[in-house]
Amino acid sequence: MNVEILTPQPQPPKKKSRINVQHVMPGDIVTTEVGFMRGHGTFVEEDKLIASVSGIVERVDKLISVRPLRSRYTGEVGDVVVGRVTELGPKRWRVELNARQEGQLLLSAIHLPGGVQRRRTQSDELHMREFFTENDLISAEVQAVYSDGLIALHTRSLKYGKLENGHFMTVSPALIKRSKNHFIHLECGIHVILGTNGYVWITESVPHAVASSDVSGDQDISAKVYKVITAEVREKIARVANCVTALAHCNVSIHADTIMNTYSKSSVLKTKDMLKPEKIYTITQYNPKNEEE
Amino acid sequence: MSKLEFVSPEGYRIDGRRPEELRRIQCKLGVLSRADGSAYLEMGNTKVICAVYGPREVTERRKMQYDKAIINCEFSMSTFASSERRKRTKQDRRNVETALIVKQTFESTILLNLFPRSQIDIYIQILQSDGGDRAAAINASTLALIDAGVAMRDFVCACSAGCIDGSPLLDLNYVEGTANGAELPVALLPRTNGIVMLQMDSRLPIDMFERVLRLAMEGARAV
Repeated sequence: MNVEILTPQPQPPKKKSRINVQHVMPGDIVTTEVGFMRGHGTFVEEDKLIASVSGIVERVDKLISVRPLRSRYTGEVGDVVVGRVTELGPKRWRVELNARQEGQLLLSAIHLPGGVQRRRTQSDELHMREFFTENDLISAEVQAVYSDGLIALHTRSLKYGKLENGHFMTVSPALIKRSKNHFIHLECGIHVILGTNGYVWITESVPHAVASSDVSGDQDISAKVYKVITAEVREKIARVANCVTALAHCNVSIHADTIMNTYSKSSVLKTKDMLKPEKIYTITQYNPKNEEE
Repeated sequence: MSKLEFVSPEGYRIDGRRPEELRRIQCKLGVLSRADGSAYLEMGNTKVICAVYGPREVTERRKMQYDKAIINCEFSMSTFASSERRKRTKQDRRNVETALIVKQTFESTILLNLFPRSQIDIYIQILQSDGGDRAAAINASTLALIDAGVAMRDFVCACSAGCIDGSPLLDLNYVEGTANGAELPVALLPRTNGIVMLQMDSRLPIDMFERVLRLAMEGARAV
C-alpha cells in the first residue's frame, strides 16, 4: 500500500501586485464623493456609498462597483455555458448552471434536426424528452438575462447541444474569463469547452464534429452515441483534466494558452503524479516572457 | 458547602479573565470546499462551524418569493459538544429557536431583494460548547456569508453578557452561564450601532439591564 505523509510545502513566491487594489469589506465606505453611479456590490446610505460584499473596488469612469472575491455565476448575454438539465417544464427545460437560479432553455430556442426553421408543434412538445432529458449535459449560449436574474439560453448553432463521451468538471467561475473562443482544440487531439459558469467539458477531438448542416441533418438527434474511447485518448483526457484542476488549485486563469503550457510542462510527469502538492506548482508556472524566447 | 465565587476579590473570574474581557477569538474562512461559503470560529473553548449555500434555486416551490430571497437556517449541536454526550435532534426546541433567531438576524442584514426567487441556506454546527453558543453562531454565520459573496449591509457582531450576583460580566462561559444569573446575547451592526438581535433568559432588574446591555454592546463592537 502506498502511503504518503504530507509535509507543509513551500508556497510559491507571491507575485507583487502591480496595480494598487482597494479591498473592502461589507459596511466599509467606498467613497463619500457624489456624482458616482453605483454598480454591483454597493448600496447608498445617507449620501455615502457603502460596500455590501467583500471584494475589490472597480472604477470605470463614473461607475463604481465592488467585485466579490467569491460568488456564483452571474449571466451575461453571449456567454457560452455548460449546464445540466434538471427538469422538463411546459415547452422549456430547466438547466442547472451554478448560478443564483436555474437557467431555462425554451423549446423555441433549440436547434431542430434537419436544420429546418419551423414552428414548434404540439408533437415537438410531446417529444421534448427525445431532445434533452433529465441529467443531460448541454452546452448553450446565454440569450438574455431578465431583471429578476433568470437566465435564458439557446442552442441555435450546431456547435451547441448535448454533450456526450467526455469528462465533466467544475472550477470557480472567476477563473474563466470571457474570450472569443470557448471551444478549444488542443494539439494533442483533445477538445475542451470552457463554460463561463465554471463548468468544463473535456472530450476527444473529432475532426468531423464541426459538421455542416447537411451532414448532421441525417443524424437522429436523439440517438445516444456511445463511442469506444481508447486507453490512450482516455489518458490524454485525464491529463488535460488534471491540468485544469492544477490551474484551478493555483488560482491561475484558465484558457487555451495556460492549459497547453501546463500540459507541455507536465509531460515529464505521469498523469497520476501531476496533482501531488510538490509538483503542482512547478507545472503551473506561466511566464509570458518564456513564450517570446 | 462553599459558594462558587464567580468574581474573585481581586477582580478575576473563574478562567482568569477580567469582567469586561472577551475570550480569545480565532476564525478561518473557506474550510468547506463544496459550500459556497464557510467559516470556522472559536470563541474561547466554544467552537462553531458554519456553511452557507446560496443564493440558489428554491427547493420548495411554494416558498418562493418573487421579489426577494428566502433564508433557511438550521442549527444543531454535535453530540460531543457538551461535557456529557447528548443526542439532540434538529427539531429540538432550543435548536429551532436558535435557528429562528439567526434567520431573523440576517433577514434584516442581507440585501434580500437583490436575489429574487432564490434561497440562501445557513447551516450551523456547534462542535464544542462552552457558553455563548448563540453569539458564536451568529459570528460564524456572518463570516460564512461574507465568504460566499452574499451582499450584506454590514458585519453582524454578537456577544453575550450577563449579570451574576450583581456584577455584570462579558462573554460568559458555560459555568457562568448556568449559574442563576441572566444571560443577554446581543448582536449589532458595528457601523451604525444598530441592534439586530437581543435575547434574554431569566429575569434582570431594569437598572442592571442597562448596564449589562451597554457592556454587551461594547463587547460586540470589540468583536
